[in-house]
Amino acid sequence: MHDLAAHAVHHGPPTSFIRKYVFSLDHKVIGKQYYALALVAALCGMVLSWMMRIHLAWNSAAIPGLQLLSKTGAPGGVMTPEYYLQLMTMHGTIMVFFVLTTAPFAAFGNFFLPIQVGAEDMPFPRFNMMSFWVTFAGFLVLMSSFTLSDGPTLGGWTQYAPLNAVGSIAGPGQGLGVVLWAASIALFCVGQLLGSLNFIPTTLDLRVKGMSLMRLPLSAWAWFITSCMGLTAFAVLMPACILVILDHVAGTSFFVPSGLVVSDQLVPHSGGSTLLWQHLFWFFGHPEVYIAIVPGIGIVSHVLITNMRKPMLSQRVLIYCMGALAVLSYMVYGHHMFVSGMNPISALAFSFPTLVITIPATITVLIWTFSLYGSKLRINSASLFALGFISMFVSGGVSGFFLAQPSVDIPLHATYFVVGHFHMVMGVAAMFGIFAATYFWAPKMFGRMMNETLGRAHFWLSFVGTYCIFMPFHYLGMAGNVRRYSSFVDDFLQPLIPVHRFITVAALLTGAAQLIFVYNLIHSRFWGEPAPDNPWEATSLEWSTATPPPWDNFGGKLPVVYHDPYQYGVQSSVGDYVMQASPEQVKTEHDEK
Amino acid sequence: MATTVHEPPQIDPRRLRDQGHSGNGGWGKFVPTDGDLHVALDHSPPPSSSAIYVVLFAITMMFAAFTSALIVRKGSSLDWRTFTLPSILYFNTLLLLASSVTLEVARRRIATFMGGLKSQVESPARWLYVTLFLGLLFVAGQYAAWSQLRAEGLYLATNPSSSFFYVLTVTHALHVLGGLGGLIYVIRKLSKSVLHRNQLVATARYWHFMGILWLYLLLLLWMKI
Repeated sequence: MHDLAAHAVHHGPPTSFIRKYVFSLDHKVIGKQYYALALVAALCGMVLSWMMRIHLAWNSAAIPGLQLLSKTGAPGGVMTPEYYLQLMTMHGTIMVFFVLTTAPFAAFGNFFLPIQVGAEDMPFPRFNMMSFWVTFAGFLVLMSSFTLSDGPTLGGWTQYAPLNAVGSIAGPGQGLGVVLWAASIALFCVGQLLGSLNFIPTTLDLRVKGMSLMRLPLSAWAWFITSCMGLTAFAVLMPACILVILDHVAGTSFFVPSGLVVSDQLVPHSGGSTLLWQHLFWFFGHPEVYIAIVPGIGIVSHVLITNMRKPMLSQRVLIYCMGALAVLSYMVYGHHMFVSGMNPISALAFSFPTLVITIPATITVLIWTFSLYGSKLRINSASLFALGFISMFVSGGVSGFFLAQPSVDIPLHATYFVVGHFHMVMGVAAMFGIFAATYFWAPKMFGRMMNETLGRAHFWLSFVGTYCIFMPFHYLGMAGNVRRYSSFVDDFLQPLIPVHRFITVAALLTGAAQLIFVYNLIHSRFWGEPAPDNPWEATSLEWSTATPPPWDNFGGKLPVVYHDPYQYGVQSSVGDYVMQASPEQVKTEHDEK
Repeated sequence: MATTVHEPPQIDPRRLRDQGHSGNGGWGKFVPTDGDLHVALDHSPPPSSSAIYVVLFAITMMFAAFTSALIVRKGSSLDWRTFTLPSILYFNTLLLLASSVTLEVARRRIATFMGGLKSQVESPARWLYVTLFLGLLFVAGQYAAWSQLRAEGLYLATNPSSSFFYVLTVTHALHVLGGLGGLIYVIRKLSKSVLHRNQLVATARYWHFMGILWLYLLLLLWMKI
């Protein structure tokens, strides 16, 4: 270790309550704030999905309390078709932006990236603080649309043009609701760009002595790659949102074509391009899928290696695979637009990289699988959720092979098949990554161990429940069940209603199982067993410091890194591992040059 | 599998105390994995040097999105009406280019000043003030261009061509205002003698980028509007 006094520390320890817990400059507090935001958002999104599922299964059932949310949207607690779409839009937006992006990237990345590289904080703490509060403001703006007289927007999380730009004649919430939605997402983009502004220099410039790029843990690599993706994607979505807002409030015609008649009214715009929005949105939208999942890949690798007690077959190839996923994610976005009247040659051009992107994903899964083979995996809540992540990633990814081909995608595109696909591969897989990270890192974040029995119960109920919910979606899709419908009155859909009821019951039970997690998290935070500094006998730098880490991460002494990140299966003075910051010489069979 | 024995690295005693605020694993410091740290300098580059490129890349992507929107929007409809760009834009261009020159002059004088030759440079901030003035003049000139178009009846919503003109120029002007904020920050730091070289370098890179971006936008507007 060498003396921190030689360094110009950006900020001293917090002296006031406000600076310590509210407008904190400490990346660890900001990480916790992001985590709390994601937790609240996830609960909101889950409750919304419950309401939607109950309505789909029992169409005329009154949902207690729903009329309090909207008297016009849910008179007597029975939601109108429009209100169903509004809840669906909010569910998708909350989950994609404020949970799947916020938790694995912003929350855990903020807390652990500086510690894993050996820095005492992010390079620009004030921007980091602003990043969270701008994101939080975006969440408040989005949720405030529930208070509008006609409710939030009903355009789906993709907000397709031209209905996103013509105002309230397109339906409830399509006026001010869309403006609030676009403003919220623009704020979110600013927040994430500020995040990238900190993540990238932290990784490139603040690595501690001896921490070469290839000595970074896989989780740090994942956050770095994700921040590069976010930098490119959110910088494109933000101008798109600005143009939507201008179409609403300034009378411009970016997205509204001429001669458009909506609800028997001629829209007074001229000549806009509806496809323009799709191009801008999906240029962001597909990388967003990987922004949600790549941190999970890094986190799960990190967790699994620690519990396997041996490194992956090739850390370097895993890093290259994550990089390849990031690059290819920008070349495949058109596969979301196969049904937009695209030239078949263009469709082929987007279909090919979509199939190619399965190669790094498959290599990643193969590395996990063959690394697990023969290992004496320590079974705990974190490793179980990591295995669950792989299961969901594979199960959801396999259907991606089918959807990558335009001829198959076109009939399946507007069905529950796609809903099942992206919920498994992007939604639930990323959630399992978040859970794995929580069970693994909560001791370091909060200084308390989480209850293992409750954790395992949470895993099995979630794992089985998730398959019960989303595998039938594929069957529904192949049976022609159209998505976004709030009721199924057509004859050919009637036999599918029992399947929907099964899914709804599974969703309610699986959702209730998440309350076990919430209880476990809160209870262990205050009354859990105090956590030792390195409960998992792990090697990376976050386990070298105290639990919970001091405000400057390493208590005035920066570590020096001597080893690759995953030196397990060795004989050292502390056991079968040697920490990155330990100067001890060891012989290892698994050192990767 | 390779078998490796890690030698404990030696700490380089030639530590540069005023460089950076963390370790030395920074960009370009490819510390070999065999633990020999002697070959690496014992400091990182300042984070602002890579952060400014992060900022510039984000701005580039933003304007790339606007550009693609303009091209698609113009190509997809028949309602596009061209108009003559206000001639003051060309004068504004000269102002912005001149401000880049004055900023470079300022940087040289500040380098001399901070290099210990204080007696040779009485007022190192003078050229920064000139740059600031030229920047403000540019923004005022852009405002004059918008006023001229409004006087001609070309508002934001009049035609997609005018919409894009206002969106692109206003967004650029807002970024220029951000650069002016950076210049004021540098002037304040300089007046307190606590200016770091990397702060001035980052501000200068941003400011020059604003000039290059404006040249690109002017060309785009001239060709497409």
